[in-house]
Amino acid sequence: MGPHADKQRWGARVVVLVPYLWLALFFLAPFVIVLKISLSQAALAQPPYLPVLDLAAGWAGLKEFVAQLSADSFRLLASDTIYLLSYFKSLEVAAVSTAILVLIGYPVAYGITRTPRAWQPLLVMAIILPFWTSFLIRVYAWINILQRDGLLNDVIMRLHVIDAPVAWLSSDTAIYIGMVYSYLPFMVLPLYATLEKVDESLLEAAADLGCPRWKTFWLVTFPLSLPGLAAGALLSFIPIIGEFVIPDLLGGSETLMIGQTLWTEFFSNRDWPVASAIAIALLMLLLVPILFYERLQQRSLEGKR
Amino acid sequence: MADDGEAAQKRAASEKPLLVRFDAVGKRFGPIAAIDALTLEIAQGEFFALLGPSGCGKTTLLRLLAGFERPSEGKILLDGEDIAAVPPHRRPVNMMFQSYALFPHLTVEGNIAFGLRQENVSRADIAERVAEMLTLTRLQGFGGRRIDQLSGGQRQRVALARSLIKRPRVLLLDEPLAALDKKLRAETQFELMELQRKLGTTFVIVTHDQEEAMIVADRIAVMDRGRLMQVAPPAEIYERPNSRWVADFIGEVTLVEGRMAAGTIIGTALGQLRVADIGVAKAGDPVWLALRPEKISMSTERPNGERNAIAGTVFEIGYRGDMSIYKVRLADRSLMKVALANMSARGTGRVAVDDLVWLSWPPDAGVVLTG
Repeated sequence: MGPHADKQRWGARVVVLVPYLWLALFFLAPFVIVLKISLSQAALAQPPYLPVLDLAAGWAGLKEFVAQLSADSFRLLASDTIYLLSYFKSLEVAAVSTAILVLIGYPVAYGITRTPRAWQPLLVMAIILPFWTSFLIRVYAWINILQRDGLLNDVIMRLHVIDAPVAWLSSDTAIYIGMVYSYLPFMVLPLYATLEKVDESLLEAAADLGCPRWKTFWLVTFPLSLPGLAAGALLSFIPIIGEFVIPDLLGGSETLMIGQTLWTEFFSNRDWPVASAIAIALLMLLLVPILFYERLQQRSLEGKR
Repeated sequence: MADDGEAAQKRAASEKPLLVRFDAVGKRFGPIAAIDALTLEIAQGEFFALLGPSGCGKTTLLRLLAGFERPSEGKILLDGEDIAAVPPHRRPVNMMFQSYALFPHLTVEGNIAFGLRQENVSRADIAERVAEMLTLTRLQGFGGRRIDQLSGGQRQRVALARSLIKRPRVLLLDEPLAALDKKLRAETQFELMELQRKLGTTFVIVTHDQEEAMIVADRIAVMDRGRLMQVAPPAEIYERPNSRWVADFIGEVTLVEGRMAAGTIIGTALGQLRVADIGVAKAGDPVWLALRPEKISMSTERPNGERNAIAGTVFEIGYRGDMSIYKVRLADRSLMKVALANMSARGTGRVAVDDLVWLSWPPDAGVVLTG
């Protein structure tokens, strides 16, 4: 083995190292910091929690630091119902939004694959297009549309669907509208990618063996699109649970999602340990669907091999 | 090419009842005619091959029969009934796809049973017929496997079983063996023939492999640019091609250009050549004598007797193991191909490049072509 081969192996190692380095720097390190804060006590100090790790004190300092850590914040999360309720609210909003997204996203994705090939890139582009404007600005635009004298009330009153303006804003309906609008591309794109790969000859084979078109859809197209459906559902469900901007801007005060509770603890109450504990608990909660998604990905990769 | 009379006559020769009839069928994709006013009859129980270069329309013809394409003009009759308006899922015709088109989300059993599950067949009957098919295609024990756990040959047999389970009136096979390696392909050809004999089902196979068509088929339709060039049993296509195009497309051939002289003599640049049968040619017509390489003998001495004999020098020798192909340069600078079996185990040896040789063949070895 010459120096050239050695160099190549070294190069390969560096390439493999990059993602690990990235994860260590931007996931593991912040996670350890947040975990540390979650095990601390709130204090009127700078930073606003205790204990503070004093590296100058050496081994003894570290020992003392560990001895002062406590799980009080986590105990608080379990004892006060406000946290549990906002977790459940987040799960509910995420589940309902994902269900609506499937009902709207599937026909959209399927419709795109059934249009002539030349048109498809244009339609996919139209799905991606909203990303060119800031997410925050688009949510603000919805405030404009949904407010009392906004576009929505204006249009349906002119069409005589309703007589008096409806209070859309500051309601769960507004949250769902915002969620479905914002996350639709995350549902449509993976679904389109899977549906588009379904081999035309499979549909012909099903027809040849006696399947009318609608039955071919349920027996062939739909089962083959399930990996895309799962990917789209998880790509929507996971971020919706932690969503803050949409419920804060469009939702009412009676709806509290976990992201908002976290924000309140951190900025209003300046209780960094409890805020960190919420973040850790949320991460644990999300780990279940994330691992499920990972396994799905793994399975479909193995299936291809 | 084949008009009504000819088609009917060809079918009568096989003495089997008519099953499929293409009646002046045309199929256009935009301005391109994939099938051009084509008339063809296929008899019940026949193993029929559609053979031609890529883009000749053979696959389109198959897809017209399956119902995936609608004819632009003409009629397609199955058992005497026009099926042009019948959608694919209602046709008593099944197809084995070139890509096999097996359902990746179903097991072997699920794939094979798929056709029957679309009908009112009881579970017990389905299970029984699936088992029957697994036995027929030597797939016993593989019923529960996933498609991606199968080899290419096994997939091919699943596709075959799936397309046969509904007992179709016609089984369409689109390049069924193209994805198999050479040895497996040769074995499978004989299995297909055996299967067809056992079931008595009409098989229509599309292939670009002439050897395959000749081995498996009772009759071959040679196609080019959407038209039938010749429809006949394999031996007739090979020994009695009706045109230079067919002669050249099927197997190896040397075409000697000439003009019909009196009787059975053709005047050519190589001298006068004697033939046994002049076909439709008349004295004075420009003709081509088609000679297959294996019908020509090669010797170092001038042969005697009735045989046509011409001299030349060996230009090139292609050793193929079982036989060698000699290209011999003739007096008019043209090359004639000769195939000789390598009978001796000591290799070639008899003749070397640049040797002077005599080529000879009996009058009945060649075919006189006028077009």
